Amino acid sequence: MADVLVCIKRVPDVGGEVLLTPDAQTVDARFVGFTVSAHENCAVELAVRIATATGGTATVLTLGPEAAVEQLRAALAVGCSAAVRIDADPVEYGPADVVREIAAVVAAHAAEGRTHDLVLLGNDAADTGDFQVGVRLAYALGRPVVNGVRTVEVADGVATARGDGPDGVETFAVPLPAVVTVLEGGVEPRYPSVVGRMKAKKIPVETVAPRHEPHGPGRVRLLLPPAQPSTVEVLGAGPDAAPAVVDLLQRLGVAR
Amino acid sequence: MILTVVETDAAGATEVSLEAVTFARALARRAGGPVHAVVVGPRPDGLVDQLAGHGVGEVHHATGDAFSAYGGALWAAAVQAAVAAADADAVVAPGSPRGLEVMAHLAARLDVPMAANVVGLGTEDGTADGTDDGTDDGGALRVVRQVLGGAVLEEMLLPRRPAVLTVAGHAVQAEQVPPVPVTLRDYTPEVAEADLVTRVVSTEPAAPDLSGALTSAKVVVGAGRGAGGAEGFTAVAELAELLGGALGVSRVVTSMGWRPHHEQIGQTGSRISPDLYIACGISGAIQHWAGCASSKTILAVNTDENAPMVTKATYAVIGDMHEVVPAVNAEIRRRRG
Ligand SMILES: Cc1cc2nc3c(=O)[nH]c(=O)nc-3n(C[C@H](O)[C@H](O)[C@H](O)COP(=O)(O)OP(=O)(O)OC[C@H]3O[C@@H](n4cnc5c(N)ncnc54)[C@H](O)[C@@H]3O)c2cc1C
Ligand SMILES: Nc1ncnc2c1ncn2[C@@H]1O[C@H](COP(=O)(O)O)[C@@H](O)[C@H]1O
Repeated sequence: MADVLVCIKRVPDVGGEVLLTPDAQTVDARFVGFTVSAHENCAVELAVRIATATGGTATVLTLGPEAAVEQLRAALAVGCSAAVRIDADPVEYGPADVVREIAAVVAAHAAEGRTHDLVLLGNDAADTGDFQVGVRLAYALGRPVVNGVRTVEVADGVATARGDGPDGVETFAVPLPAVVTVLEGGVEPRYPSVVGRMKAKKIPVETVAPRHEPHGPGRVRLLLPPAQPSTVEVLGAGPDAAPAVVDLLQRLGVAR
Repeated sequence: MILTVVETDAAGATEVSLEAVTFARALARRAGGPVHAVVVGPRPDGLVDQLAGHGVGEVHHATGDAFSAYGGALWAAAVQAAVAAADADAVVAPGSPRGLEVMAHLAARLDVPMAANVVGLGTEDGTADGTDDGTDDGGALRVVRQVLGGAVLEEMLLPRRPAVLTVAGHAVQAEQVPPVPVTLRDYTPEVAEADLVTRVVSTEPAAPDLSGALTSAKVVVGAGRGAGGAEGFTAVAELAELLGGALGVSRVVTSMGWRPHHEQIGQTGSRISPDLYIACGISGAIQHWAGCASSKTILAVNTDENAPMVTKATYAVIGDMHEVVPAVNAEIRRRRG
């Protein structure tokens, strides 16, 4: 019976042109939707699978604004059974600040008799990309951490995780309680069913106030890389361009 | 003193590690003081001389039975010992998965901030617009780093010592210098029981067609939604084979289940840096660009002449990939006779 906590972050879903807010502190998301990182979607999927396999539970957590309930509900709809929102604006929080707040929730739940045996996070958040919240959280909780794996299974109080290393697929085995950060690609996140969505609507979201004043992310400002004028050379249109393409390949020395 | 974490393979220091050393030299020029390197685990032949040729004056080599298998906490413990021994002002690591992991551990252990994927130093040569706003940072190191997969840059302050950061892959080019005198210091750091818990238990050698092939390929042929379905990859796969390259795909392709995830290029896939990337039916979303921006030459094949992949490419063919790619394959074969 594993009790899993999975941490997700609401981020702007920009694919094309990026706009910044006037104070250059964050991405202007007025014209785009929101999402969570694909790594975190896989972490949610793993949390649900572990909960199912062990007869345990999966709780989803975010530090974010009221609107982030949308992302929590999406995780509830695919099988998480509880949700926590730390009510704060992530723009003002550095990784260490986020960690302090998550650790405080884990401690508060433990004091109520709910120990989150396994905390899953993404390897890196899709927007700020700090690559460190999971590792720092492990130190804050005094737990071992495995980083950047694609699958995790829990049996007999041990989490077995696999991921790609420089020389092949690496296996780690850590005793619970532990922290694991996840990369996309090991599991296919499921789609929510209609029933799942309905259930998700009825689950109350536990909202907690932040317990500490944030030190902040050390951000001076965001900048857009200077737009490069297009210098593309069009070799032609349609299959007639094939000789020009092969000329190019030969010039570049990649085709005989 | 600037300490650089150097990763190795059988041939010596990895390319991204040499990039990190080059960045460390720029930092040392500004901060004053020498550049040192720390190597944990096996030390390939010739490594010390190779590093001297990149301006490294002292190599700290952590040895001991504990380092026979990789562990993030363990490697960080070794780096931390070198930081203390050499009194480092900054610690620089490559922006590789392990470099990022070890630096996150180190920053947590030292209770200092960490900047991931740095591309330059603030306001002197690093900022996008090159302007100096004249702010006094009170002794903090100001760096510029990639966020949003590199679509946006962030100026960030590292106020505490040592400054801990990783250098984004291929953000700087590794440069040799006339060799400097170098000393090698072997040391055996003390290792706490807790740091041994998350070592690699076992490694299964990767199949040769897995992502390693993609990241080291000189030519990558990519295909996106334009492939149209799982059966739409025959011609691009054939082109990859004709060029001795690897096949890569966009996220749409993997999430549709058309191709496996290890072929994905992008922010949440592989980062490639081939001599030539041929991107077919891929629009060039920022998260895809994050994975292919270091390609030396890009040839886009797309029906839409305004697709970002086309406007950012070096060369383009406007047309249906299902017509263009087979014609290119036929032309290559025809010329081979
Ligand atoms: C947090 C996050 C992480 C992400 N990570 C990644 C990532 O790692 N990698 C990644 O790729 N994406 C990633 N994405 C998704 C990304 O935003 C885009 O949705 C995706 O890259 C689009 O894939 P595509 O170019 O194949 O499809 P589309 O954007 O739909 O583009 C298809 C292109 O094909 C062209 N086309 C159509 N038919 C043909 C034809 N017959 N011949 C030639 N051209 C044709 C069209 O003109 C168009 O330009 C991520 C998104 C988020 C939010
Ligand atoms: N505001 C947040 N709320 C919940 N989880 C977060 C938040 N920020 C980061 N995380 C988690 O930490 C992981 C790594 O984030 P980062 O270190 O910021 O790149 C993310 O993938 C999330 O799982």
